[in-house]
Amino acid sequence: MAIANRKTAKILVFSTDKISDPAIDMAGLLKLHYPPTVYTIAVPCSSGIKTKWILHAYEKGFDGVFIAADGTDCVYGETCVEKTGRVIARTHEAMKSKDIDPARLRMAAICSVCSDAFVKQIRSFNEYLLKTLHPET
Amino acid sequence: MEKRIGVYICHCGGNISDYVDVEKVRQSVENDDNIVLAKTTMFACSDANQNEMVEDIKNHNLDAVIVASCSPKLHLVTFRNVTERGDLNKYTYVHANIREQASWAHADNFPAATDKTIQLVKAAIAKSRTTKALEPTKIKAERSVAVIGAGVTGMKAAITLAEKDTHVFLIEKESQVGGWVAKWKDLFMTEETGDMIVKQLHEDLKKRQNVSILLNSEVIGNVGSIGNISLKIKQKEEEFDITVGSVLVATGFEPYKPKEDEFGFGKVPNVITLPEFKQLIDHEKGKLMYNGKKVENIAYIYCVGSRQPEGGNTYCSRYCCTATIHAAIEARKKFKDIQNYHFTRGVRSYGKQELLYAESLQGGDIFLQSYEDDLPTVFARNNRPVVRINDILTGGKELEVEADLVVLVTGMAPRSNDTVGSLFKLPRGRDRFFNEVHMKLRPVETVIDGITIAGACQGPKTILESVNSALAAATKSYSNISKGVLETDPQIATIDVKACTGCGDCIPECPFDAISMVEDKGKTVAVINNTLCKGCGMCTPVCPTDAIDLVAFSNVQIMGMIDALV
Repeated sequence: MAIANRKTAKILVFSTDKISDPAIDMAGLLKLHYPPTVYTIAVPCSSGIKTKWILHAYEKGFDGVFIAADGTDCVYGETCVEKTGRVIARTHEAMKSKDIDPARLRMAAICSVCSDAFVKQIRSFNEYLLKTLHPET
Repeated sequence: MEKRIGVYICHCGGNISDYVDVEKVRQSVENDDNIVLAKTTMFACSDANQNEMVEDIKNHNLDAVIVASCSPKLHLVTFRNVTERGDLNKYTYVHANIREQASWAHADNFPAATDKTIQLVKAAIAKSRTTKALEPTKIKAERSVAVIGAGVTGMKAAITLAEKDTHVFLIEKESQVGGWVAKWKDLFMTEETGDMIVKQLHEDLKKRQNVSILLNSEVIGNVGSIGNISLKIKQKEEEFDITVGSVLVATGFEPYKPKEDEFGFGKVPNVITLPEFKQLIDHEKGKLMYNGKKVENIAYIYCVGSRQPEGGNTYCSRYCCTATIHAAIEARKKFKDIQNYHFTRGVRSYGKQELLYAESLQGGDIFLQSYEDDLPTVFARNNRPVVRINDILTGGKELEVEADLVVLVTGMAPRSNDTVGSLFKLPRGRDRFFNEVHMKLRPVETVIDGITIAGACQGPKTILESVNSALAAATKSYSNISKGVLETDPQIATIDVKACTGCGDCIPECPFDAISMVEDKGKTVAVINNTLCKGCGMCTPVCPTDAIDLVAFSNVQIMGMIDALV
């Protein structure tokens, strides 16, 4: 799908039920505004995100995908960090093969109190996506 | 048969509808496929609306329900219960978070917040179309609770828990129990002193076989989740592990420490804080002396470290007006020739504490008042502190009091040592105290399942209020583990046997050893042990044939939501 020019980039966030989604909730509670074209789908663990979901988001018109990962706080164990890293690596390879800029996929560990960090990451990602995909805006 | 879905869009008073056109949202989804009814409601969580939902489920023969409202952390369980009351399987319920992640997050952009809300509701509809009836997973819960902090709150919580059939670990980093209250003498509204209360609670705890009091102990590690939480404890030089089903955090507060020269603190002689003054009047006998001089005129400056402008502690500490008036009366009763001058910003002695305020006035205490933009000043004259105020109670007249002692009425501040908060990743509010899920609806729960909070670690509280929250948190923590079994969402991995090639790539991915290989109709395939699977989904992305899905997070559901969000 062609990407239309936008004032804010369209970003799909994969959050995690117990760790990063509460931080995103708290960003709202604290009225820490971020672009309104950021949409969140919560999953149990960031290491369970499939490459095909991320590629599907690009195909449907999302400018970027942000994985708000559990990091070392994952309730399912410390291997989450390594496995989420592998999800990113696999997806980056798939993106390259489809000629999609790998930088359109970002990941950061967002703990349950990291509202500020989440908003900073999203604003910075939004700026990057606008600059690279919608330079006219 | 086509699904019949009911959608409810909540105003949340005005928390949503002030920033989102909820009627436009309703109109945008009412004609979508499978939508049988779409309504807006002032408070989706109200009893009236819940009853209406139950009626709607029956009258409209609904087989799935969506509520678009606050965070699911707050009301997912509420609305699942509503669907059960309507004789639906609770896992057919889908929640859309349009408050924390739409109306509040984009309160600065009404049209964009509305557009986002429409798409979030459409995504929920997409998910709802493929939800299935499921049964909950049951896991073993340890029948023990760790209470962190052995102040009055922690002690009372430990006793409440110990009265049930559960083991309690009461963990205190200091060498004795009691916290701040153990250091206090006279209290309002009781004849008992602080140390007497602590002694009674301690004696009660010592009698109980199912309470382990761990002094000089700190929690330094935390692994696991609700029902089975392993804590690493450091007790002096020794380290050991305990396993509990739930954790109750009661780490308390610390008094605000005035900055250098804040109302003369540290610069002008004879300027002390309220805790220091309480210690002074508790221990002095005969004459009230300070720095070798008799004290007669005492000036109390209220709201030091509370009700500060933006950037400071903007909250009211609530206890300190009453604590100061009480201490001033005690000083007047105990020592001769005491004259109290109260420099307030409006006295907040709520409830029965008004009686104490009246007693103070009747006893001759003088109250002066200023606004926040014209605070009293403290300076030295002839080596004595002087307080100057433009008193609004006398039409803004400039008045001065030459005091022998200035007491800065310092409020409660969150603990600067954040070890426990960091360990459990407990969210903090704007006031930097620990944050409950909801002040009224879930006042002692945190977003971390199985971790409750009580007492002044979640905001300034009196002893009475702290004990009330201790009882609530103890009951909540106990309810987590009381059955010895916890019901959790049945989010487990499922294998499509036809697509599985038996490669075994998924087996090492599972941290719970829940996957094994079996022969099925002459073919080797992976199989999930449902009792071991925790539903993390770690196995799902590695399958080369995409034969593994997670219940409630399937390809169809996630990709359907993505389609709806674009």
